[in-house]
Amino acid sequence: MLSKIVRTVANQLILFVLVFGLYVIAHGHLTPGGGFQGGAVIVSGVVMLMVAFSSQDLKKSLRERLLTIMESTGALIFAALAFAGLGTVFFYNFLVGTPIFGRIPPTGSNPGDFWTGGVIPLMNLAVGLKVVAGLSAVVLALALFARGEEIEE
Amino acid sequence: MRRVVGLILWLVLVAFLVTVVLLIHPFGYPPSDMDDYIIENAQEETGNNNVVASVVFDYRGLDTLGEATILFTAVTGVLLLLRAEKRKEENS
Repeated sequence: MLSKIVRTVANQLILFVLVFGLYVIAHGHLTPGGGFQGGAVIVSGVVMLMVAFSSQDLKKSLRERLLTIMESTGALIFAALAFAGLGTVFFYNFLVGTPIFGRIPPTGSNPGDFWTGGVIPLMNLAVGLKVVAGLSAVVLALALFARGEEIEE
Repeated sequence: MRRVVGLILWLVLVAFLVTVVLLIHPFGYPPSDMDDYIIENAQEETGNNNVVASVVFDYRGLDTLGEATILFTAVTGVLLLLRAEKRKEENS
Protein backbone atom coordinates (compact mmCIF):
# COMPACT_ATOMS: atom_id res chain seq x y z
CA MET A 1 0.00 0.00 0.00
CA LEU A 2 1.42 3.36 -1.04
CA SER A 3 1.12 6.75 0.66
CA LYS A 4 -2.14 8.57 1.23
CA ILE A 5 -1.42 11.08 -1.58
CA VAL A 6 -1.05 8.30 -4.16
CA ARG A 7 -4.17 6.53 -2.90
CA THR A 8 -6.29 9.70 -3.09
CA VAL A 9 -5.09 10.56 -6.60
CA ALA A 10 -5.71 7.00 -7.79
CA ASN A 11 -9.18 7.13 -6.26
CA GLN A 12 -10.04 10.25 -8.26
CA LEU A 13 -8.29 9.16 -11.45
CA ILE A 14 -9.95 5.76 -11.80
CA LEU A 15 -13.24 7.43 -12.80
CA PHE A 16 -11.63 9.14 -15.80
CA VAL A 17 -9.80 5.96 -16.80
CA LEU A 18 -13.07 4.01 -16.73
CA VAL A 19 -14.93 6.68 -18.76
CA PHE A 20 -12.15 6.81 -21.36
CA GLY A 21 -12.06 3.03 -21.65
CA LEU A 22 -15.83 2.84 -22.08
CA TYR A 23 -15.63 5.57 -24.71
CA VAL A 24 -12.98 3.69 -26.67
CA ILE A 25 -15.06 0.49 -26.51
CA ALA A 26 -18.39 2.09 -27.40
CA HIS A 27 -17.02 4.16 -30.30
CA GLY A 28 -14.94 1.35 -31.78
CA HIS A 29 -16.86 1.55 -35.05
CA LEU A 30 -16.26 5.31 -35.45
CA THR A 31 -12.83 6.16 -34.05
CA PRO A 32 -9.56 4.25 -33.68
CA GLY A 33 -9.78 1.64 -30.95
CA GLY A 34 -12.30 -1.03 -30.16
CA GLY A 35 -12.99 -3.82 -27.74
CA PHE A 36 -9.43 -5.04 -27.18
CA GLN A 37 -7.91 -1.57 -26.84
CA GLY A 38 -10.61 -0.11 -24.60
CA GLY A 39 -10.54 -3.21 -22.42
CA ALA A 40 -6.78 -2.81 -22.04
CA VAL A 41 -7.33 0.83 -20.98
CA ILE A 42 -9.78 -0.23 -18.26
CA VAL A 43 -7.44 -3.00 -17.09
CA SER A 44 -4.64 -0.42 -16.81
CA GLY A 45 -6.93 1.42 -14.38
CA VAL A 46 -7.36 -1.79 -12.39
CA VAL A 47 -3.58 -2.21 -12.31
CA MET A 48 -3.27 1.39 -11.06
CA LEU A 49 -5.63 0.54 -8.19
CA MET A 50 -3.60 -2.60 -7.50
CA VAL A 51 -0.40 -0.56 -7.26
CA ALA A 52 -1.89 2.25 -5.17
CA PHE A 53 -3.78 -0.01 -2.77
CA SER A 54 -2.84 -3.66 -2.45
CA SER A 55 -3.92 -6.77 -4.28
CA GLN A 56 -5.34 -8.11 -1.01
CA ASP A 57 -7.81 -5.20 -0.93
CA LEU A 58 -8.87 -5.79 -4.52
CA LYS A 59 -9.40 -9.52 -4.21
CA LYS A 60 -12.39 -8.91 -1.93
CA SER A 61 -14.29 -7.09 -4.70
CA LEU A 62 -12.87 -8.82 -7.80
CA ARG A 63 -14.00 -12.38 -7.19
CA GLU A 64 -13.06 -15.24 -9.47
CA ARG A 65 -16.71 -16.19 -9.97
CA LEU A 66 -17.70 -12.68 -11.14
CA LEU A 67 -14.75 -12.39 -13.53
CA THR A 68 -15.35 -15.87 -14.95
CA ILE A 69 -19.02 -15.13 -15.57
CA MET A 70 -18.16 -11.81 -17.24
CA GLU A 71 -15.58 -13.37 -19.52
CA SER A 72 -17.78 -16.30 -20.50
CA THR A 73 -20.70 -13.96 -21.20
CA GLY A 74 -18.55 -11.85 -23.51
CA ALA A 75 -17.27 -14.88 -25.38
CA LEU A 76 -20.79 -16.33 -25.71
CA ILE A 77 -22.25 -13.05 -27.01
CA PHE A 78 -19.41 -12.77 -29.54
CA ALA A 79 -19.86 -16.32 -30.81
CA ALA A 80 -23.65 -15.98 -30.82
CA LEU A 81 -23.47 -12.81 -32.95
CA ALA A 82 -21.14 -14.63 -35.32
CA PHE A 83 -23.52 -17.59 -35.59
CA ALA A 84 -26.57 -15.31 -35.95
CA GLY A 85 -25.36 -14.30 -39.41
CA LEU A 86 -25.16 -17.93 -40.47
CA GLY A 87 -28.25 -17.45 -42.67
CA THR A 88 -25.88 -15.94 -45.23
CA VAL A 89 -22.34 -16.73 -44.11
CA PHE A 90 -20.50 -17.03 -40.81
CA PHE A 91 -19.83 -13.51 -39.40
CA TYR A 92 -22.35 -11.92 -41.78
CA ASN A 93 -23.26 -8.38 -40.70
CA PHE A 94 -27.01 -8.99 -40.58
CA LEU A 95 -27.94 -5.79 -38.72
CA VAL A 96 -27.03 -3.38 -41.56
CA GLY A 97 -30.25 -1.74 -42.77
CA THR A 98 -32.27 -2.55 -39.63
CA PRO A 99 -33.27 0.06 -36.99
CA ILE A 100 -30.68 -1.29 -34.50
CA PHE A 101 -27.25 0.12 -35.41
CA GLY A 102 -28.34 -0.18 -39.02
CA ARG A 103 -27.82 3.26 -40.57
CA ILE A 104 -25.40 3.39 -43.49
CA PRO A 105 -22.98 6.35 -43.56
CA PRO A 106 -22.09 8.10 -46.82
CA THR A 107 -18.91 6.84 -48.47
CA GLY A 108 -15.88 9.00 -47.76
CA SER A 109 -15.20 11.40 -44.92
CA ASN A 110 -18.24 12.14 -42.74
CA PRO A 111 -18.76 13.27 -39.14
CA GLY A 112 -19.99 9.84 -38.06
CA ASP A 113 -23.26 8.56 -36.66
CA PHE A 114 -23.36 6.39 -33.54
CA TRP A 115 -26.21 4.18 -34.84
CA THR A 116 -24.15 2.67 -37.66
CA GLY A 117 -22.05 -0.44 -37.94
CA GLY A 118 -24.49 -3.34 -37.65
CA VAL A 119 -23.20 -6.05 -35.31
CA ILE A 120 -19.77 -4.48 -34.92
CA PRO A 121 -20.60 -2.17 -31.95
CA LEU A 122 -22.21 -5.12 -30.17
CA MET A 123 -19.18 -7.30 -30.90
CA ASN A 124 -16.94 -4.52 -29.57
CA LEU A 125 -18.94 -4.47 -26.33
CA ALA A 126 -18.72 -8.26 -26.01
CA VAL A 127 -14.97 -8.33 -26.68
CA GLY A 128 -14.48 -5.40 -24.29
CA LEU A 129 -16.29 -7.24 -21.50
CA LYS A 130 -14.20 -10.32 -22.20
CA VAL A 131 -10.88 -8.49 -22.23
CA VAL A 132 -11.66 -6.51 -19.06
CA ALA A 133 -12.62 -9.62 -17.10
CA GLY A 134 -9.90 -11.86 -18.52
CA LEU A 135 -6.95 -9.51 -18.16
CA SER A 136 -8.07 -8.37 -14.68
CA ALA A 137 -8.25 -11.99 -13.58
CA VAL A 138 -4.79 -12.75 -15.02
CA VAL A 139 -3.12 -9.69 -13.47
CA LEU A 140 -4.80 -10.21 -10.11
CA ALA A 141 -3.94 -13.93 -10.03
CA LEU A 142 -0.30 -13.21 -10.90
CA ALA A 143 -0.01 -10.44 -8.28
CA LEU A 144 -1.57 -12.63 -5.59
CA PHE A 145 0.54 -15.64 -6.57
CA ALA A 146 3.71 -13.59 -6.05
CA ARG A 147 2.62 -13.21 -2.39
CA GLY A 148 1.72 -16.88 -1.99
CA GLU A 149 -2.03 -16.30 -2.04
CA GLU A 150 -4.75 -17.09 -4.54
CA ILE A 151 -7.69 -15.32 -6.11
CA GLU A 152 -10.88 -15.72 -4.06
CA GLU A 153 -13.77 -17.68 -5.42
CA MET B 1 26.37 -40.69 -42.71
CA ARG B 2 24.23 -38.52 -40.44
CA ARG B 3 26.39 -35.52 -41.20
CA VAL B 4 25.98 -36.04 -44.94
CA VAL B 5 22.19 -36.34 -44.61
CA GLY B 6 22.11 -33.26 -42.40
CA LEU B 7 24.21 -31.30 -44.86
CA ILE B 8 21.91 -32.26 -47.74
CA LEU B 9 18.80 -31.29 -45.77
CA TRP B 10 20.42 -28.00 -44.80
CA LEU B 11 21.26 -27.25 -48.44
CA VAL B 12 17.68 -28.05 -49.49
CA LEU B 13 16.35 -25.73 -46.80
CA VAL B 14 18.70 -22.91 -47.83
CA ALA B 15 17.79 -23.37 -51.49
CA PHE B 16 14.08 -23.29 -50.60
CA LEU B 17 14.41 -20.10 -48.56
CA VAL B 18 16.52 -18.32 -51.19
CA THR B 19 14.06 -19.32 -53.93
CA VAL B 20 11.12 -18.03 -51.92
CA VAL B 21 12.87 -14.73 -51.26
CA LEU B 22 13.67 -14.35 -54.98
CA LEU B 23 10.10 -15.22 -56.00
CA ILE B 24 8.45 -12.69 -53.69
CA HIS B 25 6.47 -10.08 -55.57
CA PRO B 26 7.98 -6.57 -55.84
CA PHE B 27 7.40 -4.15 -53.01
CA GLY B 28 4.62 -1.62 -53.56
CA TYR B 29 2.63 -3.65 -56.11
CA PRO B 30 -0.16 -5.46 -54.29
CA PRO B 31 -0.89 -8.88 -55.79
CA SER B 32 -4.66 -8.48 -55.44
CA ASP B 33 -7.40 -5.85 -55.52
CA MET B 34 -8.66 -6.84 -52.06
CA ASP B 35 -7.44 -3.70 -50.31
CA ASP B 36 -8.96 -1.37 -52.89
CA TYR B 37 -12.23 -3.27 -52.68
CA ILE B 38 -12.35 -2.99 -48.89
CA ILE B 39 -11.45 0.72 -48.86
CA GLU B 40 -14.14 1.53 -51.41
CA ASN B 41 -16.97 -0.69 -50.18
CA ALA B 42 -16.49 -1.15 -46.44
CA GLN B 43 -18.59 1.85 -45.41
CA GLU B 44 -21.48 0.87 -47.63
CA GLU B 45 -21.42 -2.85 -46.85
CA THR B 46 -20.81 -2.82 -43.10
CA GLY B 47 -21.89 0.73 -42.19
CA ASN B 48 -18.60 1.39 -40.39
CA ASN B 49 -16.64 4.60 -40.58
CA ASN B 50 -13.71 2.73 -39.03
CA VAL B 51 -12.58 0.48 -41.86
CA VAL B 52 -10.10 -1.31 -39.59
CA ALA B 53 -12.97 -2.35 -37.30
CA SER B 54 -14.95 -3.59 -40.28
CA VAL B 55 -11.99 -5.73 -41.38
CA VAL B 56 -11.33 -7.07 -37.89
CA PHE B 57 -14.93 -7.90 -36.98
CA ASP B 58 -16.57 -8.52 -40.34
CA TYR B 59 -14.34 -9.39 -43.31
CA ARG B 60 -11.81 -11.28 -41.16
CA GLY B 61 -14.09 -12.13 -38.25
CA LEU B 62 -12.86 -15.71 -38.03
CA ASP B 63 -9.38 -14.46 -37.12
CA THR B 64 -10.85 -12.40 -34.31
CA LEU B 65 -12.72 -15.46 -33.06
CA GLY B 66 -9.41 -17.32 -32.89
CA GLU B 67 -7.82 -14.38 -31.10
CA ALA B 68 -10.62 -14.38 -28.54
CA THR B 69 -10.20 -18.12 -28.09
CA ILE B 70 -6.48 -17.65 -27.43
CA LEU B 71 -7.26 -15.04 -24.76
CA PHE B 72 -9.87 -17.32 -23.20
CA THR B 73 -7.45 -20.25 -23.11
CA ALA B 74 -4.69 -18.11 -21.61
CA VAL B 75 -6.95 -16.84 -18.83
CA THR B 76 -8.22 -20.34 -18.11
CA GLY B 77 -4.67 -21.68 -17.93
CA VAL B 78 -3.45 -18.92 -15.62
CA LEU B 79 -6.39 -19.31 -13.26
CA LEU B 80 -5.95 -23.09 -13.24
CA LEU B 81 -2.19 -23.04 -12.64
CA LEU B 82 -1.89 -20.23 -10.10
CA ARG B 83 -3.86 -21.83 -7.31
CA ALA B 84 -2.37 -22.00 -3.85
CA GLU B 85 -1.24 -25.32 -2.48
CA LYS B 86 -3.85 -25.74 0.21
CA ARG B 87 -6.73 -26.65 -2.09
CA LYS B 88 -4.70 -29.51 -3.53
CA GLU B 89 -4.01 -30.88 -0.07
CA GLU B 90 -7.67 -30.71 0.91
CA ASN B 91 -8.72 -32.77 -2.08
CA SER B 92 -6.09 -35.49 -1.80
